[in-house]
Parts: sequence; C-alpha cells; structure tokens
Amino acid sequence: MSGLSPAPPVLLARIGKPNSVSLDSYVADGGYASWKKVLEGVKGGEWTPAKVTDMVKASGLRGRGGAGFPCGMKWTFVPTKEKRGDKPVYLLCNADESEPGTFKDRLLIEKDPHQILEGMMLASFALDVKHAYIYIRGEMVHGAEILDKAVAEAHEKGFLGTDVLGSGVDLTITVHRGAGAYICGEETALIESLEGKRGHPRIKPPFPAVSGAWGCPTVVNNVETLSCVKHIVDRGAEWFKGVGRNEKNTGPKLYCVSGHVEKPGVYEAPTGIPWEELLALAGGVRGGRKLKAVIPGGSSAPMLTAAEIAGVPMDFDGLVAAKSMFGSAGIIVMDETTDIPKAVTNIAKFYAHESCGQCTPCREGTPWLLKMLRRIVNGEGKKSDLDLLLQISNQMGNGMTICVFSDAAIAPVISGITKFRGEFEAYIEKSTKPEFEQKAPTDLTNEIADRKAAGIHS
Amino acid sequence: MSGGQNLPVAEQAGNPRVGEHGALSCGRTLSFSRETRADFDRLLGRYPTKQAALLPTLWLAQREWGWISREAVDYVATLLELAPAFVWGVVTFYTMYNRAPVGKHLIQVCTSISCHLNGAEEVFHECKKRLGGLKTGEVSSDGKFTVVEVECLAQCDKAPAVMVNDDDYFVITKDKLDAFLGGLK
Repeated sequence: MSGLSPAPPVLLARIGKPNSVSLDSYVADGGYASWKKVLEGVKGGEWTPAKVTDMVKASGLRGRGGAGFPCGMKWTFVPTKEKRGDKPVYLLCNADESEPGTFKDRLLIEKDPHQILEGMMLASFALDVKHAYIYIRGEMVHGAEILDKAVAEAHEKGFLGTDVLGSGVDLTITVHRGAGAYICGEETALIESLEGKRGHPRIKPPFPAVSGAWGCPTVVNNVETLSCVKHIVDRGAEWFKGVGRNEKNTGPKLYCVSGHVEKPGVYEAPTGIPWEELLALAGGVRGGRKLKAVIPGGSSAPMLTAAEIAGVPMDFDGLVAAKSMFGSAGIIVMDETTDIPKAVTNIAKFYAHESCGQCTPCREGTPWLLKMLRRIVNGEGKKSDLDLLLQISNQMGNGMTICVFSDAAIAPVISGITKFRGEFEAYIEKSTKPEFEQKAPTDLTNEIADRKAAGIHS
Repeated sequence: MSGGQNLPVAEQAGNPRVGEHGALSCGRTLSFSRETRADFDRLLGRYPTKQAALLPTLWLAQREWGWISREAVDYVATLLELAPAFVWGVVTFYTMYNRAPVGKHLIQVCTSISCHLNGAEEVFHECKKRLGGLKTGEVSSDGKFTVVEVECLAQCDKAPAVMVNDDDYFVITKDKLDAFLGGLK
C-alpha cells in the first residue's frame, strides 16, 4: 500500500510554531477556511449536513479515543429531526485523556486548540448541534485555559455565536473541566459527570446517540477524531483514505511512545505503520538495550512480547490480529531490564484506584488483584496465587460489568502472567515466608488507604 | 491553592484532621466573594440545568477557600438547589476536590506505568522523606508542602511527571529532586 509512505505531518503541522494557539496564526495558516467554505455554501445548498457526514463516512475515520468505532456511522445513529422532535442534539468533545501512556490530546489542546474547535464546528454543523461542550480532564488546568481563550476568540471573530458568518447557523462551545476521574473518559460516565453527578457509566442501550446528555441525542468524539474531521473537510475523504494501511485503517494517526525509548513523544504517521518503523521514529530502545515487551494501546491493552509485536501493523485490525488492541495508541515500551511483575502490579494499582465502584466484580476484583500482586512482589506469594489471579480475572471480564473498565483492568494481569509466568514464579520461589505462615497481608493497598485517610487525592 | 486562610483555626493547615468525612459542619455559613459570585452567575447560563454547574461551582469553591469543607458543600448545595448529601457524594467521587486543607505547594507525583518505568515511586517516597518524613496528604508544619501520589497525568513522554498546584514539572528524577524542591518557595 502506498498510503504508508512518510508524509509531512497534518495533525501536528502547526505544533512548534510561535504562538500556535492564537486565532490569527491559525487563520494565517489557512485555518477556518473549511468552516467558512461550508457556511458560505449553506444558503446555496452547496453544503448540507448530510454532505459533511457522508465525507466523514467515506473517509473511513475511526474513533481515536480507544474503541475505534467508525465516526461517520456513530453520527448517523442520531435520530432525524422528525423523530427527535424539539430535543436539541449535543456534541461532546472527549478531552478526558487519562489512559496511562496516552498524551496526544494534551499536545493538540495545548498547541493547536483552534484545529479542535474547527473540527467541532464542522461536526456540529453535520449533526445540527447548537451547543457543544469540551469535557477536559481536571488535571489539564492550562489546557482548559487555552481552550477557553480560543473559544472566546472564535466568538469575538464571529466563527461562533448566532447566525455565524451570516449563514443562519448558531453554535456555542463551552469548556467543562472534570475533577479527577479516569472513568469519565467512558462516554456515558462523561455525560453523567457533565450533568453534575458522580461519573458512573450508564447501562446501554440506550446509546448516547439516542439518549445522552440531559436525555437528548448526543455524540461523544475524541479530540484527535474531531481534529481529523477538519482535515477531511479540508482535503477530502479520498485523501484521508489514501493515507493508511487499508480501507479500514485510514488517515494520519498520532502515536504516543513512552517508556524505555530514546526519544519519547507524540509521532504522527499513517495509520498502520509497522512496529519497527514506529520504534525507529522514537529513536529505538533506550541505551541500545533489548526489547522485552510492549503495551501497544494504553495500559488497558494486553502486553505483547518482543517476538509477538515484530512486524505488526500498528492499527486497529493489526493489533487485534496480534491479540491485543490499538486503544488510544499509547505505546509503552519496556526494555530487558523491566521487572514485569512490578509493572503489572503498578497497572493493577491504577485500576484499583480508578474503579468507579458501581459493579461488584470490578469494585471488589480490582483491589484483590492488587493485593495478590503486591503479595507476590513483596516476597510473600504462594504458588497457587498465579492461577487464582487468572481465575479472579476471568470472573471480572467478558460482560460481567456495566462498562469495559473491568476488562481493561484484567488485560495486563492476564497477559503479564501468561507471557511472563516465569518471572512471577521466580518471586514466589524466593518467597521469604514458609507457606504455612502465608496469609493475605492487610496493608497491601497501603497508599490507597493513605490517600483515603488524608482526603486528598482519594 | 493556598488552603484555608479564611477558615476557623481548628480547620487550618497543620492541625489534626477531622477524619475521612472532612470537617463536620459547625453551623457557620460561607458565601462566595462578589467576584466569585459573578463567575458563578456566568456559569449558570452555560448549561440547561442548574445541577450541571456543580463541578465548575465546586472548582470555584476550591479556588475561594483552598479546599471543600462541609460548610462549602452546604453552601454549594443551597446555590444549586441540591441536597448537601448529593453534593458530598460528588465531591468524594473526584480526586481533585480536597476534603482537607493542603499545603501552599500541593505536590502531585505521577506513579502510573510510564513514570513507574522511569523511577517515579522512588521519587515519590524520596520527596516525602526530604520534606521531613511527610506522610501522604499531610501538610508540613510550616504549611508549605503536601505530597500526594496521583495517576497518569498524560505527560508520559516527560516521565517522571509532577504537578505542583496547577503547574506541570517534567522529568523530575531522584537526582533533580533537591533543585526541584528548592525552587518551590
């Protein structure tokens, strides 16, 4: 496929330019041309919402937040005007980027906010949205300020507001800050949180497209997804389809590479770039060491061994074929010095801390996985622990819970134990306590208990 | 985010905590300053329901008082016509609303996977040690520091990442800790 040849960056084209966050510099680089073009074509019927939706559908754009659902198809699930009556449609930009290993949306927010806004404007036009929200995670304080300022500038210059550029189109954007909760990146939890509640995922159906924010049809799209929409309207669906490995994995994609590499960072490459080429972009494994394992799609993705990831196309289907997932394209590289049981324990700590507490298998299961893993790496593990960990994991996943958090929590545990069992067994063999003295220590979730007692970050 | 200057002495930084549920209501009523009240009024116009303004209103409360006390919960509940118990439920769900006063510098050390692979846990423990053996979430005796461990800050390429109040600090390795802490006045 020719679509994999390197090309000048599109999504990251303006990163690093002076004052890239200002509206003037965005317009000077050709920004808001698509928004103007579409609005000017409204009255003459040259541009219709359906035309924009069709372009996005034809582009093959898949959601960049983690699930990889076709974006255009998601939009078509919104009921027609006749069916929804006078209910408004809401567009929510998911800027709650919290998946460990993922940091691409932060870059787009902090360096090129107008690109996101233009994508939101075009999506809002396609979906007949009058009020769109950006839900940004609480920790990105400066990102929220940058977006707030960008929205204010866009209102000032007439790109937002009532009767935008004389087209009859009305649109307002509001920036809404979260307050520290990983689960709010799940779209129905995000909606609950926006409504002013605890971020508890909802039972689906109904899906947000039918009944989302305030019971109205709602589309939730990721920051990078919406940024892609802008470029699809700029350059056409065919261009987007032409970049990438095949027609199901299209467009330029942002890859977040972190861990044991020479040059960690966000890299833009055609969707489906082979693993070796991506690793080379990030300067290879740090210190010339050997690769041990890779978590290819944020901490929720099963880890792959060096042998398993060799030659894998880094995209939605390539990683599913390798029995992992593309997720948020947060690629965590672990070299030969990595202690896998400790890394798995660290990830288990994240999920134990972030479980929203609604469903019993997840609320109870995630701290148990952590306790047992802690027991093992603290040199108090039992031989039976590994099978018990797998057994508990299997009781937590596969549709036992309202959302997929629980499945995410068990992926690193199952893949870690299955693929690096010897390392876990080595800890257990070195166990300092005779088997008959071993019991579940009560203080193994120490720091989470500490945080709770303090009432700070708990 | 310097906590609690306008609060009763018993609730100020450095004094014993009132426990997991924060300070118990002592019947004192709080209210926003005129400036914050104006920000609050602007907020309401952005949402179709009053309840949706809850998270931003709690942010305003934290900006005003440094943390979310039971009195603040009662006040926010009254403003938004919600039950205080409901508001408290929301406050406790999110990690960033402080339910106790914090030091002038709230040091938030990320220990999630990419930072872990770059030695973040050691940085976290060493940080507490160098500040006189502070416990997690505790305010130092001079009221200047609180250290907590947080989950992924989306700065994985600059690991270990640390946030101090609203600001981001990058690549805070163990050998850079003294310079980093020295820079926090």
